Amino acid sequence: MSSVEFEAAVLPHLDAAYNLARYLTRNPVDAEDVMQEAVLRAATYFSGFRGANPRAWLLQIVRNTAYASRALVRGAVTVALPGEEPGAPTAPELIDRGDDPEMALRKREDHARLKRLLAALPVELRETLVLREIEELSYKEIAEITQAPIGTVMSRLWRARRMLSAAVQAEEGR
Amino acid sequence: MECENILLVQAEFDGELDAAEALRAAQHRQGCAECRDAYAQLSATHALLSESAPRYRAPESLSRAIRAGLSVTRSASTPSPRPARSWWRDGMSFGLGAALAASIALLIIAPAQQSLLDQLVASHVRALQPGHLEDVVSTDQHTVKPWFDGRIDFAPPVKDLAAKQFPLLGGRLDYVNDRAVAALIYGSDKHLIDLYVWPISKEGGSSGPAPRTATRNGYNTVHWSDNGMEFWAVSDLEASKLSEFVRDWRASG
Repeated sequence: MSSVEFEAAVLPHLDAAYNLARYLTRNPVDAEDVMQEAVLRAATYFSGFRGANPRAWLLQIVRNTAYASRALVRGAVTVALPGEEPGAPTAPELIDRGDDPEMALRKREDHARLKRLLAALPVELRETLVLREIEELSYKEIAEITQAPIGTVMSRLWRARRMLSAAVQAEEGR
Repeated sequence: MECENILLVQAEFDGELDAAEALRAAQHRQGCAECRDAYAQLSATHALLSESAPRYRAPESLSRAIRAGLSVTRSASTPSPRPARSWWRDGMSFGLGAALAASIALLIIAPAQQSLLDQLVASHVRALQPGHLEDVVSTDQHTVKPWFDGRIDFAPPVKDLAAKQFPLLGGRLDYVNDRAVAALIYGSDKHLIDLYVWPISKEGGSSGPAPRTATRNGYNTVHWSDNGMEFWAVSDLEASKLSEFVRDWRASG
């Protein structure tokens, strides 16, 4: 087993792994704990890894670690304050410098609202949606990571999208 | 009521269909108002998520810790000695990451490839992590010595050197070269010394009574044997201080 192989398998997918951990746990502190544990598990199991898809392999470990921790239960309670997050979200970069203050404010509110609505989705729907829409993984990869049949992935994805868009519409309609 | 083809339409939207199936899905949408609406909704949700859903980046400390851990495994498997200034101290600057780096180093090096020295230093580093140090916490040699009874198949000599500024802090079981060994823990100011003890094996030669020193990844070690036992002292103490510890230990009754 070589450290070069481990590095090549894990480091390129660290952001994807952390992003999943963040959405699963819904806070940066638990996400970091999950990642530490997951990377150790990855190192432990690495000698047995013969798969062709290290990203799916790593994300599956992250998911299993998160499910095994108490973070999924706790996540709803310990919500980090804005500006406290060690893993800086990339979304604020989407805010153009050219935006006028009003526009920038509205975009920030959109981010915050979406984050909240995503956090409110049931975890198995949330993870499926994040893996598809943010990580842009295929159904097959999502099935592998979440250890569910492809048909289940498809119906979860549909339910997640429907719930999210219904929640967005409900808020906009107020 | 949802159209029964809704998951087909979704798969079309997600680019999961081959050309023939995609055509079938597109044709279905032409005649199904529900699925046309659904498709528009999929597009809107997708646009919203790509516009406003954050993709979190892993903290820099995490990849640094992994790299640090892996660089140790490389240095351990190459013969050239590394400078004493080590990854471990780099690791200290990112808190928990240090423990992660050390653990990765331990896990990625297969024990069979490790020299005895590597294993002892790795064991010492692992023991420094919070909550891993002592199995029996006692400064009393009469508590530490019986603790090993029944846990290992030999009775390690346990001495307290508090009078010599090397107080006994406790002991634990460890595994080195596929056997259980006793580790006695001593303090020296803010530093810790692990003293590993096990009986001399018949096939594996011992170093003889003259202590031999070595350095690995910034840790100093002293190895000697006495009365049928092998001893390895491992610490980040400077070499002269560790030799002093060994002298005092051997001299004390």
